[in-house]
Amino acid sequence: MVSKLWGYFIVIGCLFSLFNGKVADVNEEIIKSAKTSFDLICQIFPILTLWLGITKIAEVSGLMNKLASKLSFVLKPLFKDIPKNHISLSYMASNIIANLFGLGSAATPFGLKAMESLQELNPNKMEASRSMIMFTTINTSGLTVVPATVIALRVMYESKSPTIIVFASIIATLMATISGIILNKIIVRR
Amino acid sequence: MILLVVGYGIFKKIDVFDNFLLGCSDSFKLVLKIFPNLLAMIFSVNILISSGFLDFFLNIISPLIKIPIEIISMALVRPISGNASLALLNNIYTKYGVDNFYSLMASVVQGSTDTTFYILALYYGSIGVKKLRYAPITSLFADFVGIISAITISYLLF
Repeated sequence: MVSKLWGYFIVIGCLFSLFNGKVADVNEEIIKSAKTSFDLICQIFPILTLWLGITKIAEVSGLMNKLASKLSFVLKPLFKDIPKNHISLSYMASNIIANLFGLGSAATPFGLKAMESLQELNPNKMEASRSMIMFTTINTSGLTVVPATVIALRVMYESKSPTIIVFASIIATLMATISGIILNKIIVRR
Repeated sequence: MILLVVGYGIFKKIDVFDNFLLGCSDSFKLVLKIFPNLLAMIFSVNILISSGFLDFFLNIISPLIKIPIEIISMALVRPISGNASLALLNNIYTKYGVDNFYSLMASVVQGSTDTTFYILALYYGSIGVKKLRYAPITSLFADFVGIISAITISYLLF
């Protein structure tokens, strides 16, 4: 699906630019996209390295397992395929907690580690497993208590109450997460 | 958070420094796996956005909806590009003023979901999974519900 969409984006984009005379814009954007992604990976790389180091300490010291067992009453009904005390539960718990507090840069390494350990359980390595899909659905629905980027931007624009949107954001993102989980459950049951 | 983790490590008498280095060395492998996915995603999304196709699409549907076109285009871009949708949020703040009703609504929409396509490409790309099955559908459905709720809640609260 992603590979098809990827192709469609490019074909539609290129064809459309021919019709409305934006070929120059598109050409410029093509060259720029390589640099943009390189800049982005350069931004991610050092932070990722740092957090993966910290993650390792938390993993070996047993802190992550503790965390996961505290959260297991939430995670267990969602991830029925995962054996009890599997390391992926700890990674997912850490990822979700980091996201909740708006620590996006810390959440990504946990998330990648979670996918890696979910892949170990996956019977078909080329296909996404149920647990993976449940996890990425929760992740992409953007569950968070502190929408940090938006608040920062509102502060920059000298808003009188930068955090007024927090409550509404929590409700909206909660709705997204819950509906994603429900749809997952419906599809799996069918 | 770092203090907690390192402190707990020392308390449990593990070699914090060695484990830190061990974890760090994983990141090279990860970055090498992530980079092609990231580049591919940004490449195709940027072609689509710069071609003006989304604007064209919006002009067709905007008379049907009462909220400003800027918010709809931001909501549409939100799942595919975090930077592009933040830029649009910037524009909305500049145009309407940061504490205006529409700016508040746009903020809630921005905060209600995440960059779905980026996360999917990154997470599944890093482990080499090719078939995502129903993952994009459930994720996009969640985004859709999130955006609709964001708009509804804004009308109710602000």
